[in-house]
Amino acid sequence: MKFSFSEEQEEFRVFLRRFLEDKSPTTEVRRLMETDEGYDEAVWKQLSTDLGLPAVHVPEEYGGQGFGFGELGIVLEEMGRALLCAPYFSSAVLATTAILNAASEEEKRTLLPPLAAGETRAALAFTEENGLWDNSGVELTATASGDGYQLDGVKSYVLDGHTADLIVVLARQPGTTGDDGLSLFTVSGDAEGLSRRLLKTTDPTRKQARLAFKSVQAELLGEEGRAAAPMALTLDQAAICLANEMVGGAERLRESALEYSMLRVQFGRAIGSFQTMKHKFADMLLEVELAKSAAYYAAAAAAEGDEDMPALASLAKAGASDAYMQTAIKTVQTHGGIGFTWDNDTHLWFKRAKSSEVFLGDPSYHREQLMQRWDV
Amino acid sequence: MSEMTDDTIRAEARAWLEENWNTDLGLVEWRGKLIESGWGAPTWPTAWYGKGFSDAQGRIVEEEFERIGAVSVARTGIRNLAAATILAHGTNLHKEKFLRRILTGEDTWCQLFSEPGSGSDLAGATTRADKKGNKWIVNGQKVWTTSAHHAQYGLLLARTDWDLPKHKGLSYFIIDIEQPGVEVVPLRQMNGHASFNQVFFTDAEIEPEFQVSELGDGWSVATTTLMHERRGADGLRRWQKASDRTGRCYTEEAEEIAHQLEPYKWYPQRAGRVDLVIDRAKETGKNTDPSVRQEIAKLMIMAKSAEWTARRARAAQEQGQPQGPGGSIGKLTSSNVAKQAAHVHTMITGADAMLTGEDSPMEGVIAEILVSFPATSIAGGTDEIQRNIISERVLKMPKEPRTDTSMPFREVPRNVVS
Ligand SMILES: Cc1cc2nc3c(=O)[nH]c(=O)nc-3n(C[C@H](O)[C@H](O)[C@H](O)COP(=O)(O)OP(=O)(O)OC[C@H]3O[C@@H](n4cnc5c(N)ncnc54)[C@H](O)[C@@H]3O)c2cc1C
Ligand SMILES: Cc1cc2nc3c(=O)[nH]c(=O)nc-3n(C[C@H](O)[C@H](O)[C@H](O)COP(=O)(O)OP(=O)(O)OC[C@H]3O[C@@H](n4cnc5c(N)ncnc54)[C@H](O)[C@@H]3O)c2cc1C
Repeated sequence: MKFSFSEEQEEFRVFLRRFLEDKSPTTEVRRLMETDEGYDEAVWKQLSTDLGLPAVHVPEEYGGQGFGFGELGIVLEEMGRALLCAPYFSSAVLATTAILNAASEEEKRTLLPPLAAGETRAALAFTEENGLWDNSGVELTATASGDGYQLDGVKSYVLDGHTADLIVVLARQPGTTGDDGLSLFTVSGDAEGLSRRLLKTTDPTRKQARLAFKSVQAELLGEEGRAAAPMALTLDQAAICLANEMVGGAERLRESALEYSMLRVQFGRAIGSFQTMKHKFADMLLEVELAKSAAYYAAAAAAEGDEDMPALASLAKAGASDAYMQTAIKTVQTHGGIGFTWDNDTHLWFKRAKSSEVFLGDPSYHREQLMQRWDV
Repeated sequence: MSEMTDDTIRAEARAWLEENWNTDLGLVEWRGKLIESGWGAPTWPTAWYGKGFSDAQGRIVEEEFERIGAVSVARTGIRNLAAATILAHGTNLHKEKFLRRILTGEDTWCQLFSEPGSGSDLAGATTRADKKGNKWIVNGQKVWTTSAHHAQYGLLLARTDWDLPKHKGLSYFIIDIEQPGVEVVPLRQMNGHASFNQVFFTDAEIEPEFQVSELGDGWSVATTTLMHERRGADGLRRWQKASDRTGRCYTEEAEEIAHQLEPYKWYPQRAGRVDLVIDRAKETGKNTDPSVRQEIAKLMIMAKSAEWTARRARAAQEQGQPQGPGGSIGKLTSSNVAKQAAHVHTMITGADAMLTGEDSPMEGVIAEILVSFPATSIAGGTDEIQRNIISERVLKMPKEPRTDTSMPFREVPRNVVS
């Protein structure tokens, strides 16, 4: 395992950062978060065609760039830093990874190229209204119908589910429980019987939808009844991606708080000159650096297909969730009254920290997963 | 503190309420009766609408109000700070003119202390009041001013002398907000509400009799206001809730809550809503998760101990003893409680913690906790400032060396603000 990024990776990061600073300043974030779609079509095109970002971890034979989770982690860290409003996590991370893990060779050859090119945007619908993050929560049913299947049930908290062209759905054969009888399906975003509703989210920069399926015609993806393992793998990889996105956001907050503390004068001196504040910043640095190390390590483990990857995913996700939330709280605090206002940018990241803390499982869930995965 | 026994107080309060409480009275009319009788603000001095009761005695009266369901005098917001400050430092003219309408709810007040350049360093205020002819003329800007957008009066801290050290050149005024020289611009908060404002003064006028205490006494009067604010933050005060009962007085109170108090409906949420935790855990089934149980228990231990600490502090004060450390730690504790409560609500709420408004539990109440609790650590003096007060004033630890207090204020380095 390497503990540093390569020169190419560092250059990639610098390049991405410039691109995102240009395309996703907070004025844009604020504009897009007020829209229902939640992203800018032109920026999505650019990041797809010019930068090939949705293709990063897709193998070359499916129209991808053939990089791995290390590079994907860098992309997400930078997107988290810039708070980019785009259907990237939903399509390029969740749906694309699910297809990579579950689909047949032929399905990959059809589905992945348009996804990698950013021409199709997909969403992965797995969680339901019970809010359970593992396979046990799946109740939506798939019954054979004609030469396909029919889906009935409700999915919720589906990232960008209201705008996606293609929905990858996790469903179960009636009468099965747990990991048994689970299959993945694809459904067109405008399929008959599918009603999609944008949910009101605390974090308006990350859109979520509730999808109700009423006898929706669907096509099987991968092997029937065998989706449990590829889904679990997908969610672990996604948790690692999310951890990397979170540390990017946390670092940005930490830097903004530090900068403010040097400028703001009270009692005739910069507030950053008070020891309490210095200690707060020292603690913040510790929290963020530790979370970064875990997120990077987990991404490297995912890239190398390390067998400890599931445990490391939980470790990184729990660590990053706590670090991000704590950093967000301290950043508001450092700004005082102004930190509590809408016009100050801190709350944008604060709310992302809150939604990321819970999305894919909260820290206490992942701490328990970690213990189980280590057989403790 | 009155010599009356608790039983006599209860009996008298009950008798008076039973005889006088009438749901068909108008809100102001009923409150007027309360004020005349002394039962509306029984902890106030007898000379000014009260009965000189202790807090504990006052609570007995409150229980009687609750028992019969009677509407109380207006009690929410900055009006309490205004009343406490006027009772302590005001002239008879101030008391005559303002106290009654504070209690009836006819006047709303705001606290014009914080400025863009001076928040924690309140004594660094640069809003100026200059004597021109027979009037004080005010110029400058305040910020984070809760209620200013619907207030009639403000408690103003302004600089009257720039050559004295910072604490010595301040004076305290009561200012009429509804005048041409005062412009109020609401500010939106991170939780979407707009309960605080920017306030701009351009040659605003104050009649000389509305100066409070002596020229240059501003800091010590402000300290009284702040002490009451800190004390009010110990979590013991109840939030005014609309009653679902019918009758003119209830209806008018409900209107007051719906309109005047609308911007503040998130206030209970910012304190963390500890009251909801156990029911929510049961409802969601999270009460069976050992890790959640532990966190709830930690929260309840903290919240209960905080409440009893505040009660100890008040009891000591009522017995004429020094308040003890409890009085100062209340505000800091309430910040810790709010933080832990937000954490616990997140655990309990799970995936729904990502949602808000109608899509989220309790029509957005839980979501509001999660984006409001940080205010508790800032409003009324930040956690860091509370720790400085506890260590330096309560524990008598040596003060941080300061350079800004001895020189003339005009020479003190400060923020360059627009
Ligand atoms: C296990 C161990 C091994 C050590 N090994 C070595 C060694 O190899 N070589 C060597 O030279 N020394 C060594 N030391 C000594 C060590 O460097 C000192 O003990 C340490 O610097 C504290 O100094 P002090 O004991 O004088 O305590 P003090 O400096 O008096 O500190 C007392 C307390 O005050 C706090 N404090 C002091 N200054 C500040 C400040 N500015 N801000 C906030 N808090 C402050 C401290 O954190 C501490 O809590 C060792 C100490 C220990 C415990
Ligand atoms: C919801 C809300 C309502 C409010 N209502 C009112 C109101 O009605 N009227 C009014 O006048 N004000 C009001 N305020 C303002 C509030 O009192 C100030 O925001 C607060 O005192 C902090 O001042 P500041 O915002 O200027 O932050 P700053 O003083 O700039 O503080 C920034 C950071 O520096 C830290 N800091 C500052 N000095 C020190 C020090 N010596 N040592 C260590 N750390 C330090 C602070 O703790 C904070 O973390 C309100 C604020 C909020 C959030």
